[in-house]
Amino acid sequence: MFNIILNPPTFLVMALIGGLLIAIIASPLGIFMVWQKQSYFGATLAHSALLGVSLSLLFDLNPTLAIIFVSISIGMILFFLEQKSLLSTDTLLGILAHSSLAFGLIILSFQPSVQVDLMNYLFGDILSINQLDIILLISLLVAVLIYFANYWNQLLNLTLNKELAKIDGINIKNVQLAYILLLALLISLAIKIVGILLITSLLIIPAAAAHKLAKSPEQMLIYSLVIAIISVTGGLLASVMQDTPTGPSIVVCATLIFLASLIKK
Amino acid sequence: MPQKNNILPLIQATNVFHSYGNRQVLTDVSFAIYPNEVVTLIGPNGAGKSTLLKILLSLEKSNKGTIERKPNLTIGFMPQKVHLDSSLPLTVVRFLQLANHSNIFNNFYQKKQTNSTIEQTLIELGILSLKNRQLKSLSGGEFQRVLFARAIIKKPQLLILDEPVQGVDVQGQTELYHLINKVKDRLKCGVLMVSHDLHIVMKSTNKVLCLNQHLCCSGSPSSISVNLEFQKIFGTGFEEVAIYEHHHNPDQCDHTHGD
Repeated sequence: MFNIILNPPTFLVMALIGGLLIAIIASPLGIFMVWQKQSYFGATLAHSALLGVSLSLLFDLNPTLAIIFVSISIGMILFFLEQKSLLSTDTLLGILAHSSLAFGLIILSFQPSVQVDLMNYLFGDILSINQLDIILLISLLVAVLIYFANYWNQLLNLTLNKELAKIDGINIKNVQLAYILLLALLISLAIKIVGILLITSLLIIPAAAAHKLAKSPEQMLIYSLVIAIISVTGGLLASVMQDTPTGPSIVVCATLIFLASLIKK
Repeated sequence: MPQKNNILPLIQATNVFHSYGNRQVLTDVSFAIYPNEVVTLIGPNGAGKSTLLKILLSLEKSNKGTIERKPNLTIGFMPQKVHLDSSLPLTVVRFLQLANHSNIFNNFYQKKQTNSTIEQTLIELGILSLKNRQLKSLSGGEFQRVLFARAIIKKPQLLILDEPVQGVDVQGQTELYHLINKVKDRLKCGVLMVSHDLHIVMKSTNKVLCLNQHLCCSGSPSSISVNLEFQKIFGTGFEEVAIYEHHHNPDQCDHTHGD
């Protein structure tokens, strides 16, 4: 059993690299998700990914690219509907999450041999990480680094109070839209390893665990980064050694750390 | 632009109209704020005070009318209440640093200079002891002062304060008014203060604007210290406040003045 860790097969190395990249990218995005109370937003983007999966099967496209396309579209639609403020945000999210999920399931039902695929997308599948995913994740990491180097303070300001941020000359629309696009991209890419049902928890649980320990936004980022990395590594190891599903293993790992953080006063 | 002693106004509203749907909120509102002048905007709830502020701050665009700003006008704004998410861990000093929202590279170089400004401001407002406290641990009055600190940290030419003394007791009000005066005298800035108290305004107010959808009346307040009746009822400790007497027909302006 330990042999697999000492002489890891290529797929495991790929999975680990992919998982760590996701953990690093998810941390800054996840803490803002917690601060802005946007967790349902992430869930909506993840649900819509199933529509991407079924479209990719229907038109024989690369699933990752199809998911990226659908997530970004849903993210943009949400952003602009929110600006119009016709309905409250949680109502909009509910409509988009479940209508895209329903569309996705109906399209899937027309196709044979989808059982296996569906399970993998719902719960994640370490075997499915390939070179394209790694390249896309590295590109996304660079984009996220550039974004936060420039807009970390601005995003903090608009998280605290949109009016004050606007008066201070921050272009809150652009900063927020860019954040949403990065989030949509991460969710599209992370689905392979954590799965549609659990991706939100990878964004939120490390941030929530870090919250107890942190005294500044930057500290919370670092703690959340460490917790996410431990969770992904631990979950992957458990998955390989005990043959548990990858996504749930990672989430359980993160949850255990979160519970431990509660002990601290 | 009309002038006052050859000084240009910091900001000037001319014939501003605004409505939400069918509800007319502002009708033909015109006024100007000059440097080193305190203008207090009063009016009952729903009078359109918040809307007028939003328009002055360019958060909203008026249906009709113009807002002229002095070129490169810098505005410091103290909002009425800031909703703070307690999951964002933030100390007072970090919160004030955020007023300077440049990217992290510039931030690194500016930090030293910013920190000394922050310290001076905290000392001026008597809240240096709060410097390293978490925002969520502050009391209402303490947080009010921190918000005021954030508004003045960039030395604005125009200071806009939305109900700064709301929920503060009389003693605290006097202190806060005193601080506002002190800062105004140092920065020589214009001050626009919003209050829903229709009678008692900051003593150094040069001009009171009474808004109820339209500008009902305007004028300067009379000092409380000469009003012995008031002192008899409320006692002393009102050095920083003054009474404003409305000079309009209450039938035209359907708000009560509590008398």
